[in-house]
Amino acid sequence: MRRLRYGLWIIVGIAAALFGLFAYQLSQPKNDFVQSAMVGEPMPQFDLPPIVESRPGLSRADLVDGEPKLLNIFASWCIPCAAEAPQLEALERAGANIVAVAIRDRPEDVERFLSIYGNPFTRIGKDDISELQLAIGSSGVPETFVIDGNGVITYQHIGDIREDDVPMLLEELRKAGA
Amino acid sequence: MIAEIGLAALWLAAALAVLQLLAGFLGVRDENSALVALVRPAAVLQAGLCAVSFGALVYAFAVTDLSVKLVATHSHSMKPMAFKLSGAWANHEGSMLLWITVMALAGGLIALIEHRLPKRMMMATLGAQACVAVGFYLFILLSSNPFERLSPVPADGNGLNPLLQDMGVSFHPPTLYIGYVGLSVAFSFAVGALLTRNVTPEFARAMRPWVLASWIFLTIGIAAGSYWAYYELGWGGWWFWDPVENASLMPWLAATALLHSASVLAARDALRTWTIMLGVIAFSMSMLGTFLVRSGILTSVHAFAVDPERGSFILVLLALYIGGALVLFALRANTIAEGERFALLSREGALVVNNVALSAILAIVLLGTLYPLLTEAFDVRVSVGPPYFNPVSAIFFLPMLAILAVGPMLRWRRDSFERIRLPVIIIAVVTLAMFALVLVLSDIGLLPLLGLATAAGVAIASFMPLRGRNLLRTPLPVWGMCVAHFGVAVALFGVAADTAFQQERLVAASPGDVIEVGPWEATMMSVSPVAGPNWTAMQGDLLVSYDGGPMREAHPQARSFWAPQGETSEVALLTRWNGQLYVALGNMAEDGRWQLRLWWKPFVTYIWYGGLLIAFGGMLALLGRVIGDVRRRSAEVRDEERRIEEAELAAS
Amino acid sequence: MMRWLLLLLAVLALVQPASAQDRMPPAPYAYTQLQDPALEAQARELMHTLRCLKCQSQSIADSDAPMAGDMRHQVRARIAAGQSPDEVRAWLISRYGDYVSYDPQVSATTWPLFVLPIVLLLLAGTILLRRLGKRAADDAA
Repeated sequence: MRRLRYGLWIIVGIAAALFGLFAYQLSQPKNDFVQSAMVGEPMPQFDLPPIVESRPGLSRADLVDGEPKLLNIFASWCIPCAAEAPQLEALERAGANIVAVAIRDRPEDVERFLSIYGNPFTRIGKDDISELQLAIGSSGVPETFVIDGNGVITYQHIGDIREDDVPMLLEELRKAGA
Repeated sequence: MIAEIGLAALWLAAALAVLQLLAGFLGVRDENSALVALVRPAAVLQAGLCAVSFGALVYAFAVTDLSVKLVATHSHSMKPMAFKLSGAWANHEGSMLLWITVMALAGGLIALIEHRLPKRMMMATLGAQACVAVGFYLFILLSSNPFERLSPVPADGNGLNPLLQDMGVSFHPPTLYIGYVGLSVAFSFAVGALLTRNVTPEFARAMRPWVLASWIFLTIGIAAGSYWAYYELGWGGWWFWDPVENASLMPWLAATALLHSASVLAARDALRTWTIMLGVIAFSMSMLGTFLVRSGILTSVHAFAVDPERGSFILVLLALYIGGALVLFALRANTIAEGERFALLSREGALVVNNVALSAILAIVLLGTLYPLLTEAFDVRVSVGPPYFNPVSAIFFLPMLAILAVGPMLRWRRDSFERIRLPVIIIAVVTLAMFALVLVLSDIGLLPLLGLATAAGVAIASFMPLRGRNLLRTPLPVWGMCVAHFGVAVALFGVAADTAFQQERLVAASPGDVIEVGPWEATMMSVSPVAGPNWTAMQGDLLVSYDGGPMREAHPQARSFWAPQGETSEVALLTRWNGQLYVALGNMAEDGRWQLRLWWKPFVTYIWYGGLLIAFGGMLALLGRVIGDVRRRSAEVRDEERRIEEAELAAS
Repeated sequence: MMRWLLLLLAVLALVQPASAQDRMPPAPYAYTQLQDPALEAQARELMHTLRCLKCQSQSIADSDAPMAGDMRHQVRARIAAGQSPDEVRAWLISRYGDYVSYDPQVSATTWPLFVLPIVLLLLAGTILLRRLGKRAADDAA
C-alpha cells in the first residue's frame, strides 16, 4: 500500500509540474514565428531573374562582393510589406544596401507596388515558386535578412520592420562589417 | 429582454450551485442537517434555470438579435436557420454555456433518479458536482458572458466561418460536449466515494450508466468530427493527430478504461483504486482538453486571438479540481481496502491488461501533444505527428487487441486455458491466415499489414463470447460488448485498408478529359458557376463509373462565401460498399484547365461504420443496464409492498 | 474540445485574408504527381510528415496554402532528381529546424518521447507481474 501511495504522489507531482508549465507558457508572449536555421550559414547557390526592368535580378554572386546587405523578402500582395516601406526608405537613407526577392509575384503588380510605396532596392529577384525563400528557411513575407560581405546570413528579422527596428537593423548591418 | 432573462437565470443557477455545494458538504458532516433537504431540489432547479438560459441564447440567435454582442459577431441575418441555431454554440461563450447547461442537466438528473446510494455519499457526490459547476459558472459570468449587449446595434452581423456552415460540424460539438461533461458525473461520484470511503460495487453500478452514456456521445462525436474533417478539408485525411483532435481522444481513452474498470468493480468488487483513479482522470482530461484549446497555448493560430485571461481562469479551475481530486485520492487511497482477488488468467486479469494498455496509450498521446509545449519553454521547437503517434501507440494497441480477443471468453476470478483452447486456436489461425494472405497478395507497410490481420482476428473473436449461449436469452450488455468489439475490428479494418490501398490522382483537366483512379474512370464534362443562399461556387460536373459499370454523376464545388469571406471545398463522395471515390475541385490553371484531386479510398467508410457500431454496442449495454435497474427496483418495491402487507396481516 | 472547430479555424486563417493571396499559378509539382509511381509514393509519404509552415497543425500534403504547394514542389522535384526522402527531410530541417518535420528523430531534445514508451512498457510489465503474480501466489497458498 505504501508503494501505491508514493506512486500517487508522483502523479500529483507530474500534474503540478504540468500546471506550472502551462502557467509559464500562458505568461510568455506567444511566438508563432518559425526561426530560420540558416542564420550563421552561407547563402545557398541561387540565381533569380529580374522581375522589373529598372532593377537587375539577384544571384548568390551579388551577395559575396564584400559589402554587407539587407535582403528583403516581400510581395506586392502582402499588406505588411506595404506597411514597412517607410522603414526600408529610412534604412536606405542611412546607407544600407537593400536587395530584394519578390515572392510569387507578377511584374505589373510589383511595378505598381514600387511606384506607390517607393523603391529602396538595388536588385530585385523574381521567385515564383518560393525557391530561395525555402532555401534560406524563411516562412513568410515580409522577412529581412542581414547578409555579410562573404554571403553569410548573420541575422533574420521576421515580420514587418517597425520604426524602432530600424536602428537595430543598422546595428546588425554594422556588426556584419559595414 | 430575452437576453436579460437568460443572464438572470444563469446568475440564479450559480447561486443555487453555491447552495448545493454548501448544503451537500454540510450533509456529509451531519446527515440530519436541515439543509440536506435542499440539495436535490437545488440541483434540479439549477438544471431548469440553465435550460432557460441556453434557450434564451438560442432564441437570440434564431431571431438574429444584433444587440447581443455574441450574435453580432458570430451570426448574420442571411444565414440559413439551421446554421443560425448552431451559431449559438459555435463560439467560445455559447459553447461554455452549453457546457454548463449539460453539466447542470446531468446534475439535476442524478439528483432526481439516483436513490440507491447511501445518503451521505449522495450528498458528497452532489456537493462535488456543484463544486465543479460553481467554477464554470464563475468562468462564464465573469469572463465569458454570452449575453453581453452591444451599443450601437450594428446593421448586420459578421457571420459564421464558412467551414462551420455545415450540418456535420453543427451537431458534432454538442455531441462531444455531452460526452465531456457527462464525465463530470463520474468525477463527482469518484470524489463522493472517496470522501465517504464508499468504494463499493453499488457505487460502480450507479456510476456505470453515466460513464457509458458519456462514452457513447464521445465515440459518436469523435467519429463525426473525423468524418467532417475528411470531407470538409478537401484532402481526404481523417485523422491528423493534431492537438485539438488529441484533446478529444484523451477523455475517450480514459472513459474506455473507466468503463471496463467499473464493470469489474460492479461485477466482482475488484479494481477499486483503478476505478476511482480513472474516474478522476477521465474528467480531468476533458477539462485539460478545454484548456488546451481555449487558452490557445497549443494551437497558435494567428487569426484566432485567444484571451490569455480566459486561459488563466481555466488553468486555475484545472489546478483546483484536478489537483484537489488527485491530492484527495493520494491521501485516501490507502483507506480503500483491497478488493476481491483474481488470477492472471481470468476476466479481471484481461481487463487489467486492457486498462494498463489504454492508460499507456493515454500517457503517450498526452506526452506527444504536450511535448512541443515543453521544448518551447527551452526555446526549441519540435513537431510530433503521425510518424510518432502511429507506431508508438500501436506498440500498446495491438497487444491490447489480442487480449480483447481472448478476455471476454474468460471466466471471472480464474480460468483454465484448456477451456478456451479451441476458440483461441481458431482466432489465431484466422489472424495468421489473413496476415499471410495480405503479405503474399500485396506489398504494404508493416502497420497496415498488422492492422488488417488483427482486425480479422478481432472480428471473429468478438462474437466468440456468444458461443454456446441461447442468443435470445443473452443479456443485452453482452450483446453490446460483442457489437462494440466488432466495431473496433471494423474501424481498424477501415483504417488499415485505406492507409494501405488508397490511390491518389492529381490532375489538371479540361472538359472531355478522362481520369483513371484505381478501378474508377472519371470523365470531366464541364465546370459551371452555381449559387447558394450565402455563397457562390464553381461546380465541376463529372461522370464516373466503377470498373466499367453504370455512369454516376459527381459534383465537387469550390465555394466562396461572402459573410464572412472565405473559401471551402465541397467534395463529391461516391460511396460503394467497398469504399469511396473522393473528388475535390481546385483552382483554374492559367491555360483554362481545372485542378482536380481524386482518391479511391477502399473501405474508408468502415472507419466510421466501426465507430457507429462501437457506439451502438454502448447503447445496447446502456439499455440493458437501465432495464436491469428498473426491473430490480420494481422488484424491490414489490417485495417492500408484500412485506408491508404481511406485516399488516400479521398485525390484524 | 471543439477540436475540429479549431482545426478549421487554422485553415480559415489561411483563407480569410483573401486580399493577401497571390495570383500566381502554383509551382509545377505543387498539384502534379511524379510520373514514376514508386517515386511519387515516396514523395507522398514524405509530404504527409512535413509540416506546413503557414498553416498550424497541417502537413503540406493536406493544405491549399501556396507555400505548402511550393514545398510540395521542392519535395517532388528533389525526389525526382534522385534524392532520398531522408535527404529531402534533412535539407528542410537544415532550413527550418526540427519544427518542419512531424517525425521526431532521437536527439538531445527529443529523447523523452522515446524513453516514455519504454518506461511505460516496463512499468506495465512490473505492475502486471507483481499484482497478478502475487495474487496467484496468495491464492495458491
